[in-house]
Amino acid sequence: MPNESLVIEGLTYSYGKDLPPALSELSATIRPGIVTGLVGPDGAGKTTLMRLMTALLLPSSGHLTVFGLDTRSNASQLHEIIGYMPQKFGLYEDLSVIQNLRLYADLRNVTTVDRKQVFARLLDFTGLEPFQKRLAGRLSGGMKQKLGLACALIRKPRLLLLDEPSVGVDPVSRRELWRMVQELVDEETAVIWSTAYLDEAELCQDVLLLDNGQLMFSGPPKDLTERVAGRCFQIQGISNNRRQVLSTALQQDEVQDGIVQGQNVRMVLRAGHNQPALSVLDAGVEARLTPVAPRFEDAYIDALGGGPGGISALATAMTPLPDDQEVTVEADGLTKRFGNFTAAENVSFAIRRGEIFGLLGPNGAGKSTTFKMMCGLLRPSSGTGRVVGLDLQKAPGKARSRLGYMAQKFSLYGDLSARQNLVFFSGVYGLTGMQQKETVTRMIDIFGLQPHLTDSAKDLPLGFKQRLALACSVMHEPAVLFLDEPTSGVDPLTRREFWTHINGLVEHGVTVLVTTHFMDEAEYCDRIGLIYRGQMIATGPPDELKSRTRSPQMPDPTLEEAFISLLQQWDASHEEKA
Amino acid sequence: MFNRIRALIIKELLALLRDKKSRMVLIVPPLIQLFIFSFAATQEVKNQTLAVLNLDHGQPALNLEQDFTAARTFSGVIRLQRPEEIPAVINEQQAIAVLWIPQDFSRNLERGQAAPVSFILDGRKTNAAQIVQGYAVRIINNYRDKLAGKGQQSGINIVARNWFNPNLDFRWYTLPSLVCILTTVIGLIVTGLSVAREREMGTFEQLLVSPLHPLEILVGKALPALLVAMIEGALIVLIGVSLLQVPFNGSLPLLFASMGVFLLAIIGVGLFVSSLSMTQQQAVLGAFMFLVPATILSGFASPIENMPHWLQTISYANPLRYFMTIVRGIFLKDVPATVVWAQTWPMAIIACVTLSIATWLFKKRME
Repeated sequence: MPNESLVIEGLTYSYGKDLPPALSELSATIRPGIVTGLVGPDGAGKTTLMRLMTALLLPSSGHLTVFGLDTRSNASQLHEIIGYMPQKFGLYEDLSVIQNLRLYADLRNVTTVDRKQVFARLLDFTGLEPFQKRLAGRLSGGMKQKLGLACALIRKPRLLLLDEPSVGVDPVSRRELWRMVQELVDEETAVIWSTAYLDEAELCQDVLLLDNGQLMFSGPPKDLTERVAGRCFQIQGISNNRRQVLSTALQQDEVQDGIVQGQNVRMVLRAGHNQPALSVLDAGVEARLTPVAPRFEDAYIDALGGGPGGISALATAMTPLPDDQEVTVEADGLTKRFGNFTAAENVSFAIRRGEIFGLLGPNGAGKSTTFKMMCGLLRPSSGTGRVVGLDLQKAPGKARSRLGYMAQKFSLYGDLSARQNLVFFSGVYGLTGMQQKETVTRMIDIFGLQPHLTDSAKDLPLGFKQRLALACSVMHEPAVLFLDEPTSGVDPLTRREFWTHINGLVEHGVTVLVTTHFMDEAEYCDRIGLIYRGQMIATGPPDELKSRTRSPQMPDPTLEEAFISLLQQWDASHEEKA
Repeated sequence: MFNRIRALIIKELLALLRDKKSRMVLIVPPLIQLFIFSFAATQEVKNQTLAVLNLDHGQPALNLEQDFTAARTFSGVIRLQRPEEIPAVINEQQAIAVLWIPQDFSRNLERGQAAPVSFILDGRKTNAAQIVQGYAVRIINNYRDKLAGKGQQSGINIVARNWFNPNLDFRWYTLPSLVCILTTVIGLIVTGLSVAREREMGTFEQLLVSPLHPLEILVGKALPALLVAMIEGALIVLIGVSLLQVPFNGSLPLLFASMGVFLLAIIGVGLFVSSLSMTQQQAVLGAFMFLVPATILSGFASPIENMPHWLQTISYANPLRYFMTIVRGIFLKDVPATVVWAQTWPMAIIACVTLSIATWLFKKRME
């Protein structure tokens, strides 16, 4: 049995002669019997590398050998042993689950004799058995990914390539996908799992870390993590404002990186530096520094030379909002029915001025529906949504002029230049003349957009897209900011920069409503509302939700564990009633 | 409000014009269509082959034969010897028609008796055959006139003259129709795709959460399309008059005023399609579902008067029908404002209806 399933030698690939290489001089080996994580921010070259592995692209120079087969000369034999699940698996949305399976079985020449068994095994394995007749288009994100996986597995592959299988998938489904893939791995199969999320990378036995087409690290993740051992701390027992503590901490020379984790602040010290004095951080009398176990993400940021600073130029330039309202966002019995189906039922919450409220929930639970009703994109069947005291249905224009909105896909006009986008959005929000010019110039300065002003928005590097999108949504200095999975697929550095701005804005009185699948982001929230089966099943600060689910088996649950066990508790209590 | 709409219009125009591909889509296909239609899709009959079976050797028969073979329509001539050869010539499409002059033609003429000749046409080419038949009748008439001039039996003198297009140059007919059809295509596609594109890119939601009123968004979509389609319309008129040498006899202000009303009606349809479609693909299909029947019912290819009665009734709802009449009228006849107005007010009503339905649907789909 070979102990190398895939050998990459001096691999370079470029999409065009004048373009910088998407991958340069990559050499690595991938072993069978384990899950190898392919990690890196969007645009790092993960998908390119996967397509090279499947021989859909051929290397500009260098070699790629899969189980002894060269991608250049043995492409067709290679396809026999590869299972590939692209980012958006080619499911036919108008076909049912079983029809999709049949189609892929036909394409893979799986004949009638054994296909019944194969289908039964796969349906059982993915838990899709009860949904065979359902159209693929009607499945939730997590279920679609499972079906995609099932289709890729119709013939048991020796090399399974999964391209960002967890994007847009809730934590419950993500865990199930992970478990399934773990079950698949045996001596003869190699699995490659690509992801932009470092907590997933940590679970892999081996990791290839890509950045900007270069291989930054390859090997077991703990080898990288060890580099920051002894430098990770949590500031616990903060009685003052934890966002300000973080901001102050990041301004200290000793601190290289930091994030908010519930009520605590996590930070990583620079190598060879001592702990900063707690008194400087102004964290309160009971604050203490507790060493914590290093994470892969800490090491990643360390490898890149540290995170961004703690001061948001955006917040500094903004005039603080008047402190005239206690509650700025209010949902009052929001209900939305689509025909017989109730997507959201009697959802109520109130968000105080200057608070970050997170909406969490599995795919299809009603999270997006609730979010859309709150920003006026959906009309509720009953109940009201209010922003700064204005009813979204009765005074939509007025209410909307006080809110900012940023969606997952950075809804920018791709064909317009960065500056034209700024001018357009400021115009839509009613800025004119000098005021408009000044605002646009200020945004360009704050976000450092100068070098890309005339580039079309679609050609901007991801980090700049994120900045531009944020700039466009806050130019009119909104009192309330709605963020829909704002950092999905974004690298950790850009994510930190983004949250520095959000934290800064919140300190100036902006209220934030955010939906997210990622627990990192959820930790920044002051309070979280958990939506499940169309209802708000729990609300509270992240730490409180964690402590609510504390048990002898889970003495110190993570937010993700808390999330899952709250859903299970709810299911259990409702089964009893039924 | 005006500032917001202005921002929308500028954005829409930039989105259309900054991208090289969409700029090409806007300019190249209409130009190609313009040239293809005005050169290839002609209904004129030229360069046809005529077969002649002349069994009579008298001078009058030779004269008639010469009149035919000298006609501009017939560039090739096949001479036949026996009537048995006729079926083959027609069946194998060697000639569009056969002129058959019987043995006793000259003799009958001299005796002052009726002197029939046969003209056999290939009925499979319905259109061309009809036109060739028309030419043949004219040649025979001319021939009769010449005979009458010589004092031999006077016939009825028919002089056909085609007003407004004396040489029956087909391009004179095609180009005005193209002004009409190409502006329709542009108005329809630009509006039809614009909302769908924003839906696909996710920018539409960004617009919907802004303080923009749905009506403002609608106006912001309609005006740029109007502008672009008007400019392209003007371009086609310019090319037609300067390059293709089609005369323009009427009033430009009248043409563009009626074009504006017409385009509003079309844009209403485009926005309607747009608010129904989730993807650009659906929008294109939807636009063509309107475009093809509307073109056929406009009287472009075949006269509306020849259609069944119920179709004629339906065609009253078709804005192309009115605009086609206006454009042809203005181009070739210099029709007065009253005539233009008679065709414009129905389009104004149609515009009101399509725009209202589009607005209603647009608002409804947002919920």
